[in-house]
Amino acid sequence: MSLTNVSMTVNGKAVSAAVEPRTLLIHYLRENLGLTGAHIGCDTSHCGACTVDLDGRSVKSCTMFAVQAAGANVLTIEGLAGADGKLHVLQEAFREMHGLQCGYCTPGMIMRAYRLLKENPSPSESEIRIGISGNLCRCTGYQNIVGAIQYAAAKMAGLEVKEAAE
Amino acid sequence: MIPGSFEYHRPADLAEAVALLGKLDSDARVIAGGHSLIPMMKLRLAAPTHLVDLAGVAEPKGVRLENGEIVIGAMTTQHEVIGSELLARHAPILRETAELIADPQVRYQGTIGGNVANGDPGNDMPALMMAFGASYVLRGANGERRVAARDYYLLPYETATRPGEVLAAIRVPAPPAGHGGAYEKLKRKVGDYAAAAAAAILTVAGGRVATCAIGLTNVAGTPLLARDAAAAVVGTALDKPALARAAAAATAITEPAADGRGSAEYRVRMAGVMTARALARAFARASS
Repeated sequence: MSLTNVSMTVNGKAVSAAVEPRTLLIHYLRENLGLTGAHIGCDTSHCGACTVDLDGRSVKSCTMFAVQAAGANVLTIEGLAGADGKLHVLQEAFREMHGLQCGYCTPGMIMRAYRLLKENPSPSESEIRIGISGNLCRCTGYQNIVGAIQYAAAKMAGLEVKEAAE
Repeated sequence: MIPGSFEYHRPADLAEAVALLGKLDSDARVIAGGHSLIPMMKLRLAAPTHLVDLAGVAEPKGVRLENGEIVIGAMTTQHEVIGSELLARHAPILRETAELIADPQVRYQGTIGGNVANGDPGNDMPALMMAFGASYVLRGANGERRVAARDYYLLPYETATRPGEVLAAIRVPAPPAGHGGAYEKLKRKVGDYAAAAAAAILTVAGGRVATCAIGLTNVAGTPLLARDAAAAVVGTALDKPALARAAAAATAITEPAADGRGSAEYRVRMAGVMTARALARAFARASS
């Protein structure tokens, strides 16, 4: 099968790789670009572990071909922290609020929360739960993930944030 | 899971897409959001030789009012359906239904055109379109034709779309101001297909149901228009006996299979329950 050159912008950098049309975006990111932050969980578009941000939308990268993303602007968890290594407020929030245990769902959760807060900077608890309903976590029971997103929303708005109880 | 090999095409407009489909072999498929087709390809339940991607086709996107009809471009995503002020004003049941489809990520990609044209009896929009009396605009080599949603669904995954045709738009007769609509979907979890679901759209005059249409999701090989159920409530004040008659008439036309969502018997009963709930909520929302 012939290879196609697929170019896009990932985490602010122009990238290109020769792949088959059937190459999924998640495989392009992980295997061609070596960006293993986005995870393959269910591989059936249910769990959301592979979520990345693509042209202002949260996308399950296991359910999109890389060729479909040609020319797109993609942000993965690797592109979230500052150039100096300073954590993005969402990353800080998940750490501070214990928003993860095993961490497998975390890159997808954070990338989804990133877009959710762009669209709705002050979501209610219910809006957060609906907003992350396409992301499964099998450890936390979601409580601390919701808390982390609330923490990040508050911090982004310049409000005092409540630290998690140790 | 890796899908089978295919060749990828990205036409710039609908004319080019139609021309491509006319040229390629019969195993070529159109891809919009891909959130039905790609999972099928990963399971090798679908193995198209060519994919014609409509993502670069600008024309069939967006929602507008035209001559008393709401025209929804086939490539309009569920996310855009939810965000449409025009739909919120004229046909809020569309937003309510879109919010019950899959999850946020899938709704950014999944299109209303794919949802209605795929022919999966589990998809939610077809029952709604049947209840609305909507029609589908199909573009082919010989121009456009319209097919009523009520005539479109033949068998599971078998629709009236002919080889070489592409769905361009959905035309929904704008429901009258003051109508009430509701979609009731029983599902096990977020993202699930319905165990049973019902769409009800009605108008009320003098405290009684004046007009009514009901569509059913995932309780037969195709979406269903529940004509007798709707007729059972017209002229009534939607009292308990009327609701019971409608529920009975709806269950009578269902023939669901048993699956993880429940036994066939359970899903038949739930089709009746969803019908009664949708009617009651649509009635409460309508103004005389």
